[in-house]
Amino acid sequence: MNITVRYFAGMRDRMGCSEANLTLDKGSVTVADVWAQASEGQPLPDSTLIAINMEYTDADASVCEGDEVAFFPPVTGG
Amino acid sequence: MKVVVQEAAFDPYKEVQAFQESLPRGKHGGVVSFVGTMRDINEGVDVSTMYLDHYPGMTEKHIEAVCADAADRWDIIDSLVVHRYGELFPNDPIVLVAVWSSHRAEGFDACRFIINYLKKKAPFWKRETTPEGEQRWVEHNSRDAKAEVADLEEAARTA
Repeated sequence: MNITVRYFAGMRDRMGCSEANLTLDKGSVTVADVWAQASEGQPLPDSTLIAINMEYTDADASVCEGDEVAFFPPVTGG
Repeated sequence: MKVVVQEAAFDPYKEVQAFQESLPRGKHGGVVSFVGTMRDINEGVDVSTMYLDHYPGMTEKHIEAVCADAADRWDIIDSLVVHRYGELFPNDPIVLVAVWSSHRAEGFDACRFIINYLKKKAPFWKRETTPEGEQRWVEHNSRDAKAEVADLEEAARTA
């Protein structure tokens, strides 16, 4: 399964890139699986927000082929 | 409804005037606007410049959803949001929220709802630079928007 991972703000600094393409072998994949592979096993920081295809979700959500999964800190606009 | 997320500086008052000229004449009884501007201090630290990161596409999508939600909750005629990204300097307008309505109560409530939810939902991130050149990501907005949102939801339920 091929997916795109995106990072913003402090998460981009932490991961050292803004985007990565991942291939996961498992048939059933969650956001937590994506993070585990992308971060090489680092714990997900508590306050991290997650979006799949630009909709907010959580670490238990299922990920599908071609999805864009984003990880970022709490938002501070306005 | 019009939502614009742009890098270029803007004059919020000209934006309000230009959008109002596109509306049917004589239908609205008022416009309520909020203009957020950049301060030169945050949590006691001087700030000389600010960089606003955003998630192109998701940002617009969520601001549009908040405006649509406001239009469902209150009897308003139209709304306009303009939000900057990129490099900003003290006093620069960051965000404009303007709401046109027949009566002022709906305009005030909807405008406040939109800015509060925008702060909570729209994926923007502020990075400040001090006069000494130190950079830091702002970890949270200084006001607790959640509390204000809770107040508004209560107000909407009992309206």
